[in-house]
Amino acid sequence: MVIVYSDDKKLTFELLSKGSELAKGLGKKLTAVIIGKADDNLAKEYISFGADNVFIAETSIDSFKAEEYTDILGNIVKETSAETILIGSNKNGKELASRLAGKINAGCVIDSTNVYLKDKKLTAERVVYSGNAIAVEQFNSKPCIVTVPSKVFDPLKKDGGRKGEIVKKKIEVEKSASKILKVQDMKTGDVNVEDAEIIVSCGRGFKNKDDIKLVDELAKVLKGKTVGCSRPIAADLKWLSEDHWIGLSGHKVKPKLYIAAGISGQIQHIAGMRDSGIIVAINKDSEALIFKSADYGIVGDLYEVLPKLTNAVKEKMG
Amino acid sequence: MNIIVCAKQVIDVSEMKVDPNTKKPILQGVPQKISDIDKNAMEEAIKIKEKHGGKITVVTVGPSDAKERIKELLAMGADEGILVSHPEKYDYHVISSLLAEAIKKIGEYDIVLCGEASIDMFSGQVGPRVAALLNIPQITYAQSVTAEKDKVTAERNMGDKAVTTESTYPVLITVTKESNEPRLPSLMQILGAANKPINDWTADSLTSGLNPMVDTVELKGISMERKNVIYQNDLDESVSKLVDSLTKEGVLR
Repeated sequence: MVIVYSDDKKLTFELLSKGSELAKGLGKKLTAVIIGKADDNLAKEYISFGADNVFIAETSIDSFKAEEYTDILGNIVKETSAETILIGSNKNGKELASRLAGKINAGCVIDSTNVYLKDKKLTAERVVYSGNAIAVEQFNSKPCIVTVPSKVFDPLKKDGGRKGEIVKKKIEVEKSASKILKVQDMKTGDVNVEDAEIIVSCGRGFKNKDDIKLVDELAKVLKGKTVGCSRPIAADLKWLSEDHWIGLSGHKVKPKLYIAAGISGQIQHIAGMRDSGIIVAINKDSEALIFKSADYGIVGDLYEVLPKLTNAVKEKMG
Repeated sequence: MNIIVCAKQVIDVSEMKVDPNTKKPILQGVPQKISDIDKNAMEEAIKIKEKHGGKITVVTVGPSDAKERIKELLAMGADEGILVSHPEKYDYHVISSLLAEAIKKIGEYDIVLCGEASIDMFSGQVGPRVAALLNIPQITYAQSVTAEKDKVTAERNMGDKAVTTESTYPVLITVTKESNEPRLPSLMQILGAANKPINDWTADSLTSGLNPMVDTVELKGISMERKNVIYQNDLDESVSKLVDSLTKEGVLR
């Protein structure tokens, strides 16, 4: 059995696409897992996106705690004799996959960018050494746990005519000794860099927080409206919230157009945007690393280039 | 309060070079260090000890030269180090099992602290795996930690949300790079660290028959093929050429 689980619906669709390919290769069935309330509509949607079965673990637990979810998923793995477990690589998914691996004594690969069968063995690739290399990891035992970030695989075309079985089971597990006291929104706006088609990003080349408006203005005329940034701007200076942060520890993006202004091009940042369609770099240092990763570049002071570029784009697009 | 810090010796990724032909990373001769985020875990441990007293033990699974790295953490403020010898073949299953066995052998502990991930591999598996093996709660991605006498509260960075979680002891906490600024030891502390004990424990003495479940079969280079058209003379001309190029690429509309 191949099972997929994520608390993110879109990501589950993507996992189902890869999952059904693996299930075919292994000659097994593909089961999507839902934890929480019995949601038949969601289950039917999972079937239309490739699941052969849906397993709904009905539980009274209303918020995610890794300890409890690990026990629930561990039960399902046992119940379904699952040998291949794909989990969505968001923050919940990563700590869940890792704890599950510890609990059921399984191999685990986090943040896989490719998953396939090689010599009949499940093989997963992941980016290591700050984006400088790809490690090819091969499982030599079962079960195998792999987590996959969003946007790595494309979902299958929805087929409303697909049939599948929906299994519901009440699962209660031991309560964790931890307690959630408070959940606060860290978002400041409606920024979603991962879904953006055009992103203009700023980095350490900006001298003041106010100057970020130069990036804002260009983003606006490009109708992208999305502003990204490198680590120092979000994590150290906190000029922008972390939902703008693009990079290895920030968000991974693949817009059609990515413009990096005043970003030096540290490998950690490149790791977050390397899959972009067209990459443009603006930097006053002609030796800046970012130019090596760019399709087009302008060597010049961003304080001069950005207003000129904003005007030129405005004229072009009418 | 008995605190255990799990720390990993890694290569200094910022010093790593890539072979220009194969694009593969060159791992030989790169300086080694304690993974940055593990130092944040160490700093958090020291702060807790400063408030509540107790003992900090550092556990590392690694080669014998990792002893030099453990000394850095002793200088920062750890009381004792334990180096568990590195088995020839290992994966996260092997390393986490050894750490968990070592922690069980230490016996008494209230808090196990880890970095959220190591800077070389950035998986973040070890913390949750060890918590599972010890069967204790885990609080991951902590950006601030407040330890009290009988419970600990941490604010977790979940990207779009900050989740405040509380737990009784024992608990395993993984911290983020932003959680604190690791202190630099003074010369006196560095000299003093030489007198602090570092124990050698062999993997076999802790548990036997551990085998990796995942093998790294290849390390591939990454090639980044881009057009690299760079405009650098007259600024107005550069801007207009760039806009023309972007129009031709079909990304302006």
